[in-house]
Amino acid sequence: MTDFAFLTTLGFGPGGWGPAMLTAAAMTIAVALAGFAFGAVIGVCGAWAKLSGGVALRAAADAYTTVLRGIPDLLVIYLFYFGSSAVLTPIGRFFGATGFISLPGFLAGALAIGVVSGAYHTEVFRGAYRNVARGEIEAALATGMSRPLMFRRIVAPLVLRYALPGLGNVWQLVLKESALISVTGLVEIMRQAQIGSGSTRQPFTFFFAAAILYLLISSVSGWLLGRSEQHFTRGMRRV
Amino acid sequence: MDFAFLYETLLTLLPGIPLTLKLAASAVGLGAVLALGLALMRVSKIGPLSAFVKTYVFFFRSTPLLVQIFLIYYGLGQFVGIRQSILWPILREPYWCAVIALTLNTAAYSSEIIRGGLQSVSAGQVEAGLACGMTRLQLLRRIVLPLALRQALPAYGSEIILMIKATALASIITLLEITGLAAKLISETYRAFEVFVVAAAIYLLINFVVTRLIQLLEYRLTPHLRPAPHAALVKQGGVA
Repeated sequence: MTDFAFLTTLGFGPGGWGPAMLTAAAMTIAVALAGFAFGAVIGVCGAWAKLSGGVALRAAADAYTTVLRGIPDLLVIYLFYFGSSAVLTPIGRFFGATGFISLPGFLAGALAIGVVSGAYHTEVFRGAYRNVARGEIEAALATGMSRPLMFRRIVAPLVLRYALPGLGNVWQLVLKESALISVTGLVEIMRQAQIGSGSTRQPFTFFFAAAILYLLISSVSGWLLGRSEQHFTRGMRRV
Repeated sequence: MDFAFLYETLLTLLPGIPLTLKLAASAVGLGAVLALGLALMRVSKIGPLSAFVKTYVFFFRSTPLLVQIFLIYYGLGQFVGIRQSILWPILREPYWCAVIALTLNTAAYSSEIIRGGLQSVSAGQVEAGLACGMTRLQLLRRIVLPLALRQALPAYGSEIILMIKATALASIITLLEITGLAAKLISETYRAFEVFVVAAAIYLLINFVVTRLIQLLEYRLTPHLRPAPHAALVKQGGVA
Protein backbone atom coordinates (compact mmCIF):
# COMPACT_ATOMS: atom_id res chain seq x y z
CA MET A 1 0.00 0.00 0.00
CA THR A 2 1.51 3.30 -1.01
CA ASP A 3 1.15 6.46 1.01
CA PHE A 4 -1.39 7.86 -1.38
CA ALA A 5 -3.60 4.80 -1.50
CA PHE A 6 -6.33 6.78 0.22
CA LEU A 7 -6.61 8.97 -2.86
CA THR A 8 -7.73 5.99 -4.95
CA THR A 9 -9.94 4.70 -2.14
CA LEU A 10 -11.77 7.99 -1.83
CA GLY A 11 -11.33 9.04 -5.47
CA PHE A 12 -13.84 9.21 -8.26
CA GLY A 13 -12.27 6.56 -10.46
CA PRO A 14 -13.47 2.95 -10.73
CA GLY A 15 -13.80 1.44 -7.28
CA GLY A 16 -13.47 4.89 -5.67
CA TRP A 17 -15.79 5.88 -2.84
CA GLY A 18 -15.87 9.58 -3.72
CA PRO A 19 -19.33 9.69 -5.34
CA ALA A 20 -20.85 7.60 -2.54
CA MET A 21 -19.41 9.89 0.14
CA LEU A 22 -20.64 13.02 -1.65
CA THR A 23 -24.14 11.55 -2.05
CA ALA A 24 -24.06 10.76 1.65
CA ALA A 25 -23.05 14.35 2.36
CA ALA A 26 -26.10 15.53 0.41
CA MET A 27 -28.22 13.21 2.55
CA THR A 28 -26.69 14.68 5.73
CA ILE A 29 -27.54 18.19 4.54
CA ALA A 30 -31.08 17.14 3.57
CA VAL A 31 -31.89 15.44 6.86
CA ALA A 32 -30.29 18.26 8.88
CA LEU A 33 -32.28 20.88 6.95
CA ALA A 34 -35.52 18.93 7.43
CA GLY A 35 -34.84 18.56 11.16
CA PHE A 36 -33.86 22.23 11.46
CA ALA A 37 -37.03 23.37 9.69
CA PHE A 38 -39.23 21.16 11.85
CA GLY A 39 -37.41 22.42 14.95
CA ALA A 40 -37.99 26.02 13.85
CA VAL A 41 -41.74 25.39 13.63
CA ILE A 42 -41.72 23.88 17.13
CA GLY A 43 -39.54 26.77 18.30
CA VAL A 44 -41.98 29.43 17.07
CA CYS A 45 -44.87 27.64 18.82
CA GLY A 46 -42.78 27.13 21.96
CA ALA A 47 -41.69 30.77 22.08
CA TRP A 48 -45.28 31.89 21.57
CA ALA A 49 -46.43 29.60 24.40
CA LYS A 50 -43.74 30.95 26.72
CA LEU A 51 -44.37 34.59 25.85
CA SER A 52 -48.13 34.84 25.64
CA GLY A 53 -49.63 31.49 26.53
CA GLY A 54 -51.59 30.87 29.69
CA VAL A 55 -50.20 29.23 32.80
CA ALA A 56 -50.70 25.70 31.48
CA LEU A 57 -49.15 26.40 28.07
CA ARG A 58 -46.18 28.15 29.62
CA ALA A 59 -45.62 25.28 32.05
CA ALA A 60 -45.79 22.80 29.18
CA ALA A 61 -43.28 24.79 27.14
CA ASP A 62 -40.96 25.11 30.14
CA ALA A 63 -41.17 21.39 30.81
CA TYR A 64 -40.45 20.66 27.13
CA THR A 65 -37.30 22.80 26.95
CA THR A 66 -36.02 21.60 30.34
CA VAL A 67 -36.49 17.92 29.55
CA LEU A 68 -35.15 18.02 25.99
CA ARG A 69 -32.05 19.93 27.05
CA GLY A 70 -31.40 17.53 29.91
CA ILE A 71 -31.47 14.18 28.13
CA PRO A 72 -29.12 12.74 25.48
CA ASP A 73 -30.23 13.25 21.86
CA LEU A 74 -29.47 9.62 21.13
CA LEU A 75 -32.31 8.57 23.46
CA VAL A 76 -34.75 10.74 21.52
CA ILE A 77 -33.61 9.19 18.24
CA TYR A 78 -34.11 5.70 19.69
CA LEU A 79 -37.56 6.76 20.91
CA PHE A 80 -38.65 7.89 17.46
CA TYR A 81 -37.04 5.03 15.57
CA PHE A 82 -38.09 2.13 17.79
CA GLY A 83 -41.12 3.85 19.29
CA SER A 84 -42.64 4.43 15.87
CA SER A 85 -42.66 0.69 15.19
CA ALA A 86 -44.47 0.08 18.48
CA VAL A 87 -47.20 2.44 17.29
CA LEU A 88 -47.23 1.62 13.59
CA THR A 89 -46.99 -2.17 13.73
CA PRO A 90 -50.38 -2.73 15.45
CA ILE A 91 -51.97 -0.24 13.04
CA GLY A 92 -50.41 -2.08 10.11
CA ARG A 93 -51.59 -5.40 11.49
CA PHE A 94 -55.11 -4.00 11.75
CA PHE A 95 -55.04 -3.30 8.02
CA GLY A 96 -53.69 -6.75 7.30
CA ALA A 97 -49.95 -6.10 7.05
CA THR A 98 -47.53 -8.59 8.55
CA GLY A 99 -44.18 -8.02 10.21
CA PHE A 100 -42.70 -4.88 11.64
CA ILE A 101 -43.41 -1.44 10.30
CA SER A 102 -41.31 1.50 11.42
CA LEU A 103 -40.78 5.04 10.23
CA PRO A 104 -38.13 5.32 7.52
CA GLY A 105 -34.78 6.43 8.97
CA PHE A 106 -35.02 9.82 7.27
CA LEU A 107 -38.39 10.67 8.79
CA ALA A 108 -37.58 9.29 12.25
CA GLY A 109 -34.24 11.11 12.25
CA ALA A 110 -35.63 14.42 11.03
CA LEU A 111 -38.47 14.25 13.58
CA ALA A 112 -36.09 13.42 16.43
CA ILE A 113 -33.68 16.19 15.48
CA GLY A 114 -36.60 18.57 15.10
CA VAL A 115 -37.91 17.77 18.56
CA VAL A 116 -34.44 18.14 20.11
CA SER A 117 -33.51 21.35 18.29
CA GLY A 118 -37.01 22.75 18.88
CA ALA A 119 -36.01 23.28 22.50
CA TYR A 120 -33.06 25.41 21.43
CA HIS A 121 -35.11 27.19 18.77
CA THR A 122 -37.68 28.09 21.42
CA GLU A 123 -35.10 29.88 23.54
CA VAL A 124 -33.60 31.63 20.51
CA PHE A 125 -36.97 32.96 19.29
CA ARG A 126 -38.05 33.93 22.79
CA GLY A 127 -34.85 35.89 23.34
CA ALA A 128 -35.16 37.55 19.92
CA TYR A 129 -38.77 38.59 20.54
CA ARG A 130 -37.80 40.21 23.81
CA ASN A 131 -35.31 42.32 21.87
CA VAL A 132 -38.02 43.88 19.72
CA ALA A 133 -38.51 47.39 21.03
CA ARG A 134 -41.92 48.06 22.59
CA GLY A 135 -42.11 51.28 20.56
CA GLU A 136 -42.15 49.37 17.28
CA ILE A 137 -45.16 47.36 18.39
CA GLU A 138 -46.96 50.38 19.79
CA ALA A 139 -46.31 52.29 16.56
CA ALA A 140 -47.73 49.41 14.52
CA LEU A 141 -50.85 49.27 16.69
CA ALA A 142 -51.18 53.05 16.55
CA THR A 143 -51.23 53.01 12.74
CA GLY A 144 -54.13 50.60 12.97
CA MET A 145 -52.44 47.37 11.87
CA SER A 146 -54.29 44.20 12.68
CA ARG A 147 -52.41 41.60 14.72
CA PRO A 148 -51.63 39.28 11.77
CA LEU A 149 -50.51 42.22 9.64
CA MET A 150 -48.31 43.54 12.45
CA PHE A 151 -46.81 40.08 12.89
CA ARG A 152 -46.02 39.77 9.19
CA ARG A 153 -44.70 43.27 8.58
CA ILE A 154 -43.06 44.22 11.89
CA VAL A 155 -42.58 41.41 14.38
CA ALA A 156 -41.47 38.56 12.11
CA PRO A 157 -38.76 40.50 10.22
CA LEU A 158 -37.36 42.00 13.42
CA VAL A 159 -37.40 38.71 15.33
CA LEU A 160 -35.70 36.98 12.42
CA ARG A 161 -32.97 39.62 12.38
CA TYR A 162 -32.30 39.29 16.10
CA ALA A 163 -32.56 35.50 16.01
CA LEU A 164 -30.11 34.99 13.16
CA PRO A 165 -26.90 34.52 15.22
CA GLY A 166 -28.69 32.13 17.59
CA LEU A 167 -30.21 30.23 14.67
CA GLY A 168 -26.71 29.85 13.24
CA ASN A 169 -25.58 28.17 16.46
CA VAL A 170 -28.60 25.86 16.42
CA TRP A 171 -27.87 24.92 12.80
CA GLN A 172 -24.28 23.94 13.65
CA LEU A 173 -25.64 21.85 16.52
CA VAL A 174 -28.21 20.17 14.27
CA LEU A 175 -25.57 19.41 11.66
CA LYS A 176 -23.41 17.61 14.22
CA GLU A 177 -26.42 15.84 15.74
CA SER A 178 -27.38 14.46 12.34
CA ALA A 179 -24.41 12.08 12.64
CA LEU A 180 -26.39 10.21 15.29
CA ILE A 181 -29.09 9.34 12.75
CA SER A 182 -26.64 6.79 11.33
CA VAL A 183 -27.89 4.43 14.08
CA THR A 184 -31.18 4.15 12.19
CA GLY A 185 -29.35 2.90 9.10
CA LEU A 186 -29.96 6.04 7.04
CA VAL A 187 -27.02 6.35 4.66
CA GLU A 188 -25.68 9.78 5.56
CA ILE A 189 -21.99 10.63 5.99
CA MET A 190 -21.38 8.55 9.11
CA ARG A 191 -23.22 5.47 7.87
CA GLN A 192 -21.49 5.65 4.49
CA ALA A 193 -18.12 5.95 6.22
CA GLN A 194 -18.93 2.88 8.30
CA ILE A 195 -19.90 0.93 5.19
CA GLY A 196 -16.76 2.03 3.39
CA SER A 197 -14.43 1.27 6.26
CA GLY A 198 -16.05 -2.12 6.71
CA SER A 199 -15.47 -3.16 3.14
CA THR A 200 -11.99 -1.65 2.65
CA ARG A 201 -10.60 -2.14 6.17
CA GLN A 202 -9.44 1.47 6.17
CA PRO A 203 -11.50 2.98 8.99
CA PHE A 204 -9.20 5.94 9.64
CA THR A 205 -9.29 7.01 5.99
CA PHE A 206 -13.07 6.96 5.91
CA PHE A 207 -13.80 8.56 9.27
CA PHE A 208 -11.22 11.24 8.57
CA ALA A 209 -12.89 11.92 5.24
CA ALA A 210 -16.20 12.12 7.11
CA ALA A 211 -14.68 14.62 9.54
CA ILE A 212 -13.44 16.75 6.63
CA LEU A 213 -16.89 16.69 5.01
CA TYR A 214 -18.51 17.89 8.25
CA LEU A 215 -15.82 20.57 8.57
CA LEU A 216 -16.53 21.76 5.03
CA ILE A 217 -20.31 21.82 5.47
CA SER A 218 -20.05 23.65 8.78
CA SER A 219 -17.50 26.17 7.46
CA VAL A 220 -19.46 26.95 4.30
CA SER A 221 -22.74 27.29 6.19
CA GLY A 222 -20.98 29.42 8.80
CA TRP A 223 -19.75 31.71 6.05
CA LEU A 224 -23.21 31.89 4.47
CA LEU A 225 -24.78 32.68 7.84
CA GLY A 226 -22.25 35.45 8.40
CA ARG A 227 -23.09 36.91 4.99
CA SER A 228 -26.83 36.78 5.60
CA GLU A 229 -26.37 38.36 9.02
CA GLN A 230 -24.57 41.22 7.32
CA HIS A 231 -27.37 41.47 4.78
CA PHE A 232 -30.21 41.52 7.29
CA THR A 233 -28.57 43.97 9.65
CA ARG A 234 -27.58 46.43 6.91
CA GLY A 235 -30.18 48.87 8.18
CA MET A 236 -28.77 48.90 11.69
CA ARG A 237 -26.32 51.46 12.93
CA ARG A 238 -23.06 49.90 14.00
CA VAL A 239 -21.01 51.26 16.84
CA MET B 1 -49.28 2.62 32.15
CA ASP B 2 -47.62 -0.61 33.25
CA PHE B 3 -45.92 0.26 36.53
CA ALA B 4 -44.49 -3.20 37.08
CA PHE B 5 -42.63 -2.89 33.77
CA LEU B 6 -41.43 0.63 34.60
CA TYR B 7 -40.06 -0.65 37.89
CA GLU B 8 -38.35 -3.55 36.14
CA THR B 9 -36.87 -1.12 33.61
CA LEU B 10 -35.57 1.06 36.42
CA LEU B 11 -33.85 -1.97 37.99
CA THR B 12 -32.28 -2.82 34.61
CA LEU B 13 -31.01 0.70 33.96
CA LEU B 14 -29.71 1.54 37.45
CA PRO B 15 -26.49 -0.50 37.05
CA GLY B 16 -25.60 1.78 34.11
CA ILE B 17 -25.42 4.92 36.27
CA PRO B 18 -21.91 4.33 37.68
CA LEU B 19 -20.44 3.93 34.18
CA THR B 20 -22.17 7.09 32.93
CA LEU B 21 -20.88 9.04 35.92
CA LYS B 22 -17.39 7.56 35.60
CA LEU B 23 -17.17 8.47 31.92
CA ALA B 24 -18.44 12.00 32.55
CA ALA B 25 -16.22 12.56 35.58
CA SER B 26 -13.05 11.31 33.87
CA ALA B 27 -13.74 13.34 30.74
CA VAL B 28 -14.57 16.53 32.66
CA GLY B 29 -11.63 16.11 35.06
CA LEU B 30 -8.99 15.31 32.45
CA GLY B 31 -10.61 17.73 30.00
CA ALA B 32 -10.39 20.60 32.48
CA VAL B 33 -6.64 20.12 32.94
CA LEU B 34 -6.11 19.88 29.18
CA ALA B 35 -8.41 22.85 28.57
CA LEU B 36 -6.48 25.02 31.02
CA GLY B 37 -3.25 24.19 29.22
CA LEU B 38 -4.83 24.89 25.84
CA ALA B 39 -6.34 28.18 27.02
CA LEU B 40 -2.98 29.36 28.39
CA MET B 41 -1.35 28.42 25.09
CA ARG B 42 -4.10 30.24 23.20
CA VAL B 43 -3.65 33.51 25.10
CA SER B 44 0.16 33.21 25.10
CA LYS B 45 2.06 35.48 22.77
CA ILE B 46 3.84 32.58 21.09
CA GLY B 47 2.38 32.45 17.56
CA PRO B 48 2.73 28.73 16.70
CA LEU B 49 1.26 27.61 20.05
CA SER B 50 -1.74 29.87 19.65
CA ALA B 51 -2.24 28.79 16.05
CA PHE B 52 -2.08 25.11 17.04
CA VAL B 53 -4.80 25.59 19.65
CA LYS B 54 -6.93 27.50 17.14
CA THR B 55 -6.74 24.59 14.69
CA TYR B 56 -7.42 22.05 17.43
CA VAL B 57 -10.48 23.90 18.65
CA PHE B 58 -11.74 24.41 15.09
CA PHE B 59 -11.46 20.69 14.30
CA PHE B 60 -13.11 19.43 17.47
CA ARG B 61 -15.89 21.99 17.48
CA SER B 62 -16.91 21.60 13.86
CA THR B 63 -17.05 17.81 13.66
CA PRO B 64 -19.57 15.55 15.39
CA LEU B 65 -18.41 13.80 18.56
CA LEU B 66 -19.40 10.49 16.98
CA VAL B 67 -16.79 10.99 14.23
CA GLN B 68 -14.16 11.67 16.87
CA ILE B 69 -15.09 8.54 18.81
CA PHE B 70 -15.01 6.40 15.65
CA LEU B 71 -11.70 7.91 14.52
CA ILE B 72 -10.12 6.85 17.80
CA TYR B 73 -11.90 3.53 18.38
CA TYR B 74 -11.99 2.14 14.82
CA GLY B 75 -9.62 4.46 12.99
CA LEU B 76 -6.38 4.11 14.93
CA GLY B 77 -6.31 0.33 14.40
CA GLN B 78 -5.65 0.97 10.70
CA PHE B 79 -2.02 1.82 11.49
CA VAL B 80 0.30 -1.11 12.07
CA GLY B 81 2.59 1.11 14.13
CA ILE B 82 -0.17 1.82 16.62
CA ARG B 83 -1.31 -1.80 16.74
CA GLN B 84 2.21 -2.82 17.73
CA SER B 85 2.85 0.01 20.18
CA ILE B 86 2.61 -0.26 23.96
CA LEU B 87 -0.46 2.00 23.84
CA TRP B 88 -2.51 -0.61 21.97
CA PRO B 89 -3.89 -2.38 25.08
CA ILE B 90 -5.43 0.98 26.03
CA LEU B 91 -6.55 2.06 22.55
CA ARG B 92 -8.20 -1.32 22.01
CA GLU B 93 -10.57 -0.81 24.95
CA PRO B 94 -13.85 0.92 24.12
CA TYR B 95 -13.89 2.45 27.61
CA TRP B 96 -10.57 4.24 27.17
CA CYS B 97 -11.40 5.27 23.61
CA ALA B 98 -14.62 6.85 24.86
CA VAL B 99 -12.77 8.63 27.68
CA ILE B 100 -10.09 9.92 25.29
CA ALA B 101 -12.61 11.14 22.70
CA LEU B 102 -14.84 12.83 25.31
CA THR B 103 -11.79 14.41 26.96
CA LEU B 104 -10.37 15.82 23.72
CA ASN B 105 -13.83 17.07 22.76
CA THR B 106 -14.67 18.81 26.03
CA ALA B 107 -11.14 20.26 26.22
CA ALA B 108 -11.77 22.09 22.93
CA TYR B 109 -15.05 23.63 24.12
CA SER B 110 -13.82 24.33 27.66
CA SER B 111 -10.59 25.97 26.52
CA GLU B 112 -12.68 28.64 24.80
CA ILE B 113 -14.76 29.11 27.96
CA ILE B 114 -11.60 29.42 30.09
CA ARG B 115 -10.07 31.78 27.54
CA GLY B 116 -13.12 34.01 27.92
CA GLY B 117 -12.66 33.88 31.68
CA LEU B 118 -8.94 34.65 31.48
CA GLN B 119 -9.50 37.60 29.17
CA SER B 120 -12.20 39.00 31.43
CA VAL B 121 -9.66 39.60 34.21
CA SER B 122 -9.11 43.34 34.16
CA ALA B 123 -5.66 44.70 33.36
CA GLY B 124 -5.73 46.70 36.60
CA GLN B 125 -5.85 43.53 38.70
CA VAL B 126 -2.88 42.08 36.85
CA GLU B 127 -0.91 45.32 37.10
CA ALA B 128 -1.67 45.55 40.82
CA GLY B 129 -0.40 42.02 41.30
CA LEU B 130 2.77 42.74 39.37
CA ALA B 131 3.26 45.98 41.30
CA CYS B 132 3.17 43.99 44.55
CA GLY B 133 6.10 42.02 43.19
CA MET B 134 4.28 38.75 42.48
CA THR B 135 5.92 36.34 40.08
CA ARG B 136 3.97 35.30 36.98
CA LEU B 137 3.09 31.97 38.60
CA GLN B 138 1.93 33.56 41.84
CA LEU B 139 -0.11 36.05 39.85
CA LEU B 140 -1.76 33.22 37.93
CA ARG B 141 -2.52 31.18 41.04
CA ARG B 142 -3.64 33.96 43.37
CA ILE B 143 -5.29 36.53 41.10
CA VAL B 144 -5.96 35.46 37.54
CA LEU B 145 -7.21 31.88 37.95
CA PRO B 146 -9.65 32.53 40.82
CA LEU B 147 -11.16 35.48 38.97
CA ALA B 148 -11.28 33.59 35.67
CA LEU B 149 -12.90 30.57 37.34
CA ARG B 150 -15.62 32.72 38.84
CA GLN B 151 -16.29 34.34 35.48
CA ALA B 152 -16.29 31.06 33.52
CA LEU B 153 -18.31 28.95 35.93
CA PRO B 154 -21.83 29.42 34.49
CA ALA B 155 -20.70 28.52 30.95
CA TYR B 156 -18.56 25.71 32.28
CA GLY B 157 -21.59 24.35 34.11
CA SER B 158 -23.48 23.95 30.83
CA GLU B 159 -20.45 22.23 29.34
CA ILE B 160 -20.51 19.67 32.17
CA ILE B 161 -24.20 18.98 31.48
CA LEU B 162 -23.41 18.59 27.77
CA MET B 163 -20.69 16.08 28.66
CA ILE B 164 -23.06 14.01 30.80
CA LYS B 165 -25.40 13.90 27.81
CA ALA B 166 -22.51 13.09 25.48
CA THR B 167 -21.57 9.94 27.43
CA ALA B 168 -24.62 8.36 25.77
CA LEU B 169 -22.55 8.06 22.57
CA ALA B 170 -20.29 5.57 24.33
CA SER B 171 -23.15 3.10 23.94
CA ILE B 172 -22.52 3.07 20.19
CA ILE B 173 -19.08 1.55 20.80
CA THR B 174 -20.61 -1.25 22.91
CA LEU B 175 -20.36 0.33 26.38
CA LEU B 176 -23.36 -0.51 28.55
CA GLU B 177 -23.99 2.75 30.34
CA ILE B 178 -27.54 4.05 30.82
CA THR B 179 -28.30 4.57 27.12
CA GLY B 180 -26.55 1.32 26.17
CA LEU B 181 -28.69 -0.65 28.61
CA ALA B 182 -31.78 1.22 27.44
CA ALA B 183 -31.09 0.42 23.78
CA LYS B 184 -30.53 -3.23 24.68
CA LEU B 185 -33.78 -3.35 26.64
CA ILE B 186 -35.71 -1.69 23.80
CA SER B 187 -34.47 -4.24 21.28
CA GLU B 188 -35.43 -7.05 23.67
CA THR B 189 -38.89 -5.79 24.64
CA TYR B 190 -39.88 -3.38 21.83
CA ARG B 191 -41.29 -1.03 24.45
CA ALA B 192 -39.42 2.08 23.43
CA PHE B 193 -41.67 4.57 25.17
CA GLU B 194 -41.53 3.13 28.69
CA VAL B 195 -37.77 2.57 28.53
CA PHE B 196 -37.30 6.09 27.19
CA VAL B 197 -39.30 7.59 30.07
CA VAL B 198 -37.24 5.81 32.72
CA ALA B 199 -33.87 6.55 31.08
CA ALA B 200 -34.84 10.19 30.54
CA ALA B 201 -35.88 10.48 34.20
CA ILE B 202 -32.49 9.15 35.34
CA TYR B 203 -30.58 11.62 33.14
CA LEU B 204 -32.79 14.50 34.27
CA LEU B 205 -32.19 13.63 37.91
CA ILE B 206 -28.41 13.47 37.42
CA ASN B 207 -28.39 16.77 35.54
CA PHE B 208 -30.64 18.39 38.13
CA VAL B 209 -28.26 17.43 40.93
CA VAL B 210 -25.19 18.58 38.97
CA THR B 211 -26.84 21.90 38.08
CA ARG B 212 -27.67 22.48 41.74
CA LEU B 213 -24.09 21.69 42.81
CA ILE B 214 -22.71 24.19 40.29
CA GLN B 215 -25.19 26.82 41.44
CA LEU B 216 -24.04 26.23 45.02
CA LEU B 217 -20.40 26.65 44.00
CA GLU B 218 -21.30 29.79 42.07
CA TYR B 219 -23.04 31.16 45.17
CA ARG B 220 -20.00 30.41 47.34
CA LEU B 221 -17.63 32.07 44.85
CA THR B 222 -19.56 35.33 44.49
CA PRO B 223 -20.02 36.72 48.01
CA HIS B 224 -19.57 40.23 46.62
CA LEU B 225 -22.76 39.94 44.56
CA ARG B 226 -24.96 38.99 47.51
CA PRO B 227 -26.88 41.66 49.36
CA ALA B 228 -25.02 42.62 52.52
CA PRO B 229 -26.34 41.02 55.70
CA HIS B 230 -28.58 43.35 57.65
CA ALA B 231 -26.48 43.49 60.81
CA ALA B 232 -23.51 44.86 58.90
CA LEU B 233 -25.63 47.69 57.53
CA VAL B 234 -26.86 48.61 60.99
CA LYS B 235 -23.32 48.73 62.33
CA GLN B 236 -22.33 51.18 59.60
CA GLY B 237 -25.20 53.41 60.56
CA GLY B 238 -27.96 51.99 58.40
CA VAL B 239 -28.74 52.33 54.71
CA ALA B 240 -27.96 55.76 53.41
